[in-house]
Order: sequence, then C-alpha cells, then structure tokens
Amino acid sequence: MRKFILLSLFALLGVVTIARAELGHGLQPALGVNAATDYESVAATDGSGLPTGSGSVNDGKEIYVSQCAACHGLDGRMRGNALAGGEGTLASTNALKTVGSYWPYATTLFDYIQRAMPYGNEKSLSDDQVYAVTAYVLHMNGLLAADVRLNAATLVEIQMPNREGFYLAP
Amino acid sequence: MANFSDQEPDYSASAGNGLLSRRQWLRLGVGGAAASLVAPVWAAGGTSVEPWRSGAGAPPSHYGDQPSLASLKREQISAHPFGLQAGASSTPLQLLNGTITPNGLHFERHHSGIPEIDPSAHRLTIHGLVRRPLSFDYEALLRYPMVSRVLFMECSGNSYRNTLNKALDETAGGLNGLISCAEWTGIPLHYLLDEAGLDASATWVVAEGADAAGMNRSVPLSLATSDAMLALYQNGEPLRRSQGFPMRLLVPGCEGNLSVKWLRSLKVMNQPAHTREETSKYTDLQLDGMARQFSLRMGVKSVITSPSGQMHLPKKGVFEISGLAWSGHGSVRAVEVSADGGRSWTEAVIQSEVGEHKPVRFRIPWRWGGQPAVLQSRAVDSAGNVQPTRSQALQNVAPGFSYHYNGIQSWQVNAKGRVSNVHA
Repeated sequence: MRKFILLSLFALLGVVTIARAELGHGLQPALGVNAATDYESVAATDGSGLPTGSGSVNDGKEIYVSQCAACHGLDGRMRGNALAGGEGTLASTNALKTVGSYWPYATTLFDYIQRAMPYGNEKSLSDDQVYAVTAYVLHMNGLLAADVRLNAATLVEIQMPNREGFYLAP
Repeated sequence: MANFSDQEPDYSASAGNGLLSRRQWLRLGVGGAAASLVAPVWAAGGTSVEPWRSGAGAPPSHYGDQPSLASLKREQISAHPFGLQAGASSTPLQLLNGTITPNGLHFERHHSGIPEIDPSAHRLTIHGLVRRPLSFDYEALLRYPMVSRVLFMECSGNSYRNTLNKALDETAGGLNGLISCAEWTGIPLHYLLDEAGLDASATWVVAEGADAAGMNRSVPLSLATSDAMLALYQNGEPLRRSQGFPMRLLVPGCEGNLSVKWLRSLKVMNQPAHTREETSKYTDLQLDGMARQFSLRMGVKSVITSPSGQMHLPKKGVFEISGLAWSGHGSVRAVEVSADGGRSWTEAVIQSEVGEHKPVRFRIPWRWGGQPAVLQSRAVDSAGNVQPTRSQALQNVAPGFSYHYNGIQSWQVNAKGRVSNVHA
C-alpha cells in the first residue's frame, strides 16, 4: 500500500512536471527568427548591436541640413529641440539638456537616429548615413573633430561630458 | 457632482472647514435620512409625455454608442513642437466615477503617432541572451494561458504642469489625466522568456515597439520576470490601436513609458541599453545637476476629482468629496482629506477594492457653508510612503524637468463656489 501511495505521488509529480514544462516550453509553435526583419538592433554602450559601416562629419552635415535642420535648427540649437549647447547649465535653475550637455552615452545617438529619425521618414537612412549624422551632431557639440570617420569602434570611445551625471534611483 | 440640500441630517464634524464624518456617509440611505438627503423635484401637474417615452428608440448598435454626454471626451495636450502625433491626450477624470477608465477615454501618449498594424503580419521576437531565439505570431499568443489584473497606468510626465510656477486654471483631467485604470489581460511575460530560455548572465530586457518611433526601453529582469505581462486585452476587448494593438508590454506600478506599446521585440541583455527615453528623457534632473535614472516606480498619489478645477458648487450644502488614489509601491492604505489647505485632515472612506497597483476611489462628505476653502487629498501606501506636498515634491528638482511628480493637488473654492487649481 505504501509503495502504491509513493508510486502515485511520483506519478502525480510527473504529471505536474509535464504540465509545467508544456506551459513554459513550446506550448504553442514558435517561429524561427529572422534577424534582418524581426527587430531593430539595439546599439548598446559597449558597442554591441552597432553595425559595420562608417560616416564622416561632412557627409553628416549634408544629410543634417536637408533632413534634420528644419526641426533642430541649422546650428542644432532650435528652442525645444536643441541638440547642442547648454554646457555647464545642468546645476542651474535654467538647465538646457542637449546631447552635449546631458546625454551620458554617444551610442544612444546612433540607436535613436536609426530607429526614430528623421521624424516622419523614420528608418530611411542607411547605416553609413546614421553614422554620418551621428558624427555631425557630435561635431556640433565639439565632441568629434571634423576629419574623424565615425564607426562602431570610434563611436564607443567617445567620452560624453555628462557621463558621470547620473545615478541609479534608489 | 453630488449635490445635496441644506437640510442634511445631523452630521458630526471630522476636520476643519466643514469636513464631516466618513462613518455616516455610506449609511445615509438607511431609514429616514434618505428623505432629506437630496432636494426633491416635485412632480409637475399635467399630462405631457417626453418624446423618449413614446415611439421606439434606436436599434442595437454593432459597436458601442455615442457617449451619453457630448462633453465626455479626452483633452488634447499638444505641447510637442512636432504636432499632435507626438503628443498626449488625457482622461477626463472629473467626468468619471468609480475606478475603471472606459477604453475610449484611456489617456494616450505617443512618440510618433498610432500605427495601423496588420496583426497577421506582426511578430513578437525574443532574442539576445537566450538559449533559442523565438518569434511568435498573434494567433499563437492568443492560445497561451493568461491572467487578468486591474492596474493603473500613469505617464511619467503626469501632472507636470502643476510643477510650473503659475497655477493653471484647468480641470482635474487636464492637469492630472495622464493616469488611467483598466483590467488588463495577457500572458505573464516569464512564460515566454522561459520558453526562450534565459542565459545565466541575463539582467535586463530591452523592449522595442513597432511604431515609427521604434520606442525602446530597458526593463530590469526582476520586473520582467515577476509581474510584467504581454497584454492583449483591455477591459475585456482586444487592445485598441491607440493602446498598442496587437500587443503591448505591461509593467505594473511603473511609469507608462516602460509598458512599450505595439511590442515587437524583447532583447535579453546583461546591461541596460541606455536608450534615448531612459537617458535624455524620463530621468530626474536635480538642482545639483545630477540626474536620477531608472526611477521606474510611480510614487503614491491622489487627486480629488470632485469638486475639482473649473466646477461650480451650485449652492451651499453637503457635497461628496471624491477622488482617486494609487501607488506604484504597493496598495493604497489610506487617504486623508483636508478642506482648510492642509491645516487639519480626516480620513476618507476607501470605497473600492484595494490591491497592488490598483487605484482606489475615496469619498467623504463635506458641508460647504459658502466660505472659501482649499480642498486637498493625501494618500498613504502599503509601503508607508506618504504623498508629499507640492513644495516637498519639488524640493530638489531642476525647474521645468519634473517627471514622476506626485505632489498634493489643491483645489480652491471661492465664496461664489468656483473651484480652481491653486498652489498651496
């Protein structure tokens, strides 16, 4: 009798285990993943997710003038949409948050431009063009020399001025 | 707004400036008290028949109906230079009662408009630090086990305009309406993450939307694997397009931006991505120039929705003060109300079901004798957090950059019964 109870218990456990396994593993048929079409790559601060390719400040300026300046201003300082300026203002009552004054990581710029810009024609730029516009916006902020070609390796190396300006919320 | 006659029963006072005892409030229907509660409308003589009492009404409708009152609509808050597609619309809190927000009135905040997604062409992909990357289509996801929870959703920028120096003369919804509540139904996210198999080094999940903004946010794995869900239904019906159809992430208690709409992919990582939304935006810049990042849980908060901004008290008498309270740190434990700008307080009735991240409806009777008053509510949550005053909430905040603001809302009632927003 005892053996029977034990066996029953094991059987019951087995059923439970199978049910749990089904719940978490393949309850419904999943599909294969196509990296090219199923997600936008995430450009992280360590450079993972950044594509190959490169762009120059000059190429970026050309794209910026035709596709970005209308909202951000030719000098990147349009009120409400400023990308440059504001250095040293964060600890004042008149803080101006821009890429140069506030953003802690340069990779964020690539990630955001590739997915969300230009507004109204998102995801229309090639990887090289995104590198180029990223380069130009960094250049506007005095964070990239005019003759540097930006790629995954050079982008990750850029030290943003406000890198140490954040702390994790308790 | 509930409006009662001057000949109210003999209430006892519970705090200054006319606040009455909550203990008597919900027993009013019992016995003789009801007779004197509401000023009766005496039946007029004659035999006239109103038009709706004769002849058939409209046939049943396929979907919904027009709202019963034309005024029942969201307010557009168009503060974005790009236009309405990157703007917000707020729930008209002052026109609603109870705790659930009708789907047509849930607040909206989009970064690049509402996409029209073909559900048969939509995939949810899990990739990154997983044993096997997976894609799911909508039909497959509909067959997963689901859970339902009543939860608040609040935009990180809700009540932002109350942080400005000038107290704007707006309605409760116009000022604080980027908070809504729904019964959300969906798949516990860990079912899907488990199926893909999390790598031991996984610490964050980066969620991405399928909208033009490709909105992406890093979610701590502890949140993603505890009570986060892949939401597919809202108040019983498939999500509205404006709320993420066919599917959205839902992270209970956290700033709305984290609950990425039109969810397309989840990348499991060993670091946050530091996306634009979690660095440039939605971080809390302090007066010393430092910024708090990943301040995801919404603080304990309450708003009196009636009487509230731009309402008129028609005459002296007893009114029900009523409002909503919620917390991202747990459940609401108590709500106190003041009618004298915070000098004296008394506890309101919490008259709806209490639960984790579930908004409650509070009520308390108040006798307005025609005197000026400042009405306030202050919520306390199960973690012991007390809703701060406006000045406490703004103490270390850089002016103009206030996300996660949960200061006490003050409504001033003047001698004519006009109610308006005031900084007190």
